[in-house]
Amino acid sequence: MRNPIENLNKIFDSRIRLGVMSSLMVNESVSFNDLKQLLEVTDGNLASHLVNLEENGFIKVHKGFIGRKTNTTYSITKAGEKAFKEHVEALENMIKGVK
Amino acid sequence: MQETDQSLQTLQDIKRMMERSSRFISLSGWSGISAGTCALIAAWVTSKRIDCWRIGDCLFPQLSGGGAADLKRDLFIIGGITFIAASVTAFIFTFVRSKKNGTPIWNLMVRRLMWSVMIPLLAGGCLLYRMIQLEQFELVAPGCLIIYGLALLNGSKYTLGEIRYLAIGQLILGIINLWMIGYGLHFWALGFGVLHIMYGIWMWFKYER
Repeated sequence: MRNPIENLNKIFDSRIRLGVMSSLMVNESVSFNDLKQLLEVTDGNLASHLVNLEENGFIKVHKGFIGRKTNTTYSITKAGEKAFKEHVEALENMIKGVK
Repeated sequence: MQETDQSLQTLQDIKRMMERSSRFISLSGWSGISAGTCALIAAWVTSKRIDCWRIGDCLFPQLSGGGAADLKRDLFIIGGITFIAASVTAFIFTFVRSKKNGTPIWNLMVRRLMWSVMIPLLAGGCLLYRMIQLEQFELVAPGCLIIYGLALLNGSKYTLGEIRYLAIGQLILGIINLWMIGYGLHFWALGFGVLHIMYGIWMWFKYER
């Protein structure tokens, strides 16, 4: 029998990383500050999770400026979309499997 | 069993996060009720001003005859005050609700909602302004309803989906009004007044009670 947990992505264990991915799934791009407000986390905490997701190739970073202030926005990559969908599917299968 | 609960919990978190990050959900039902009340008061004041119940016909001959400039000025003033009063009261109720929900009032979703409503509204406003300048008064009332309906429909993507029904209601009233010229004020009161209040009560029942 297949282990249902094997498809769960370790990277999405963190609620913050999962939250980032969820909001990037439904938005073309979201800025750092908007993510911070949405997830109610501190700058440092969010930044480290974003670096992690970026290193895994799940999100893309766009650095821009509004006036003189930096405006960093994030969007999801094809790989990130795929990984996220598989993760959700695995979660669904776990629920179905027990029934 | 515990694992299933956890998966379910996670899926619910994902769904909540997707909703929270794509829609502004703190729109208060009271905002609809207050905006609708402003509109009804304005319709009443306007009907007094143009005395349409006594004359029978509601407006159009008067807008081009003698004393037309005064009447037009008064109508613009009434319209302006109504728009400001309705916007301010609607904003206050939604502000209070979003404070209670802990969602920031000026975030990504609000900005998107504002733009998606404001662009059709401003473009439509220019159209109506030109119509008034060219003395095409007959189409102004239905035009308002149709433009407002389209603006709401456009905004419905970024807020509570039910606002779509309010939009469709406005569009239907506007279209009927196109063939019932002379009853503009009645349709205004129905669309901007009654429909807003009905929508507000419905939303209050559904989400805030």
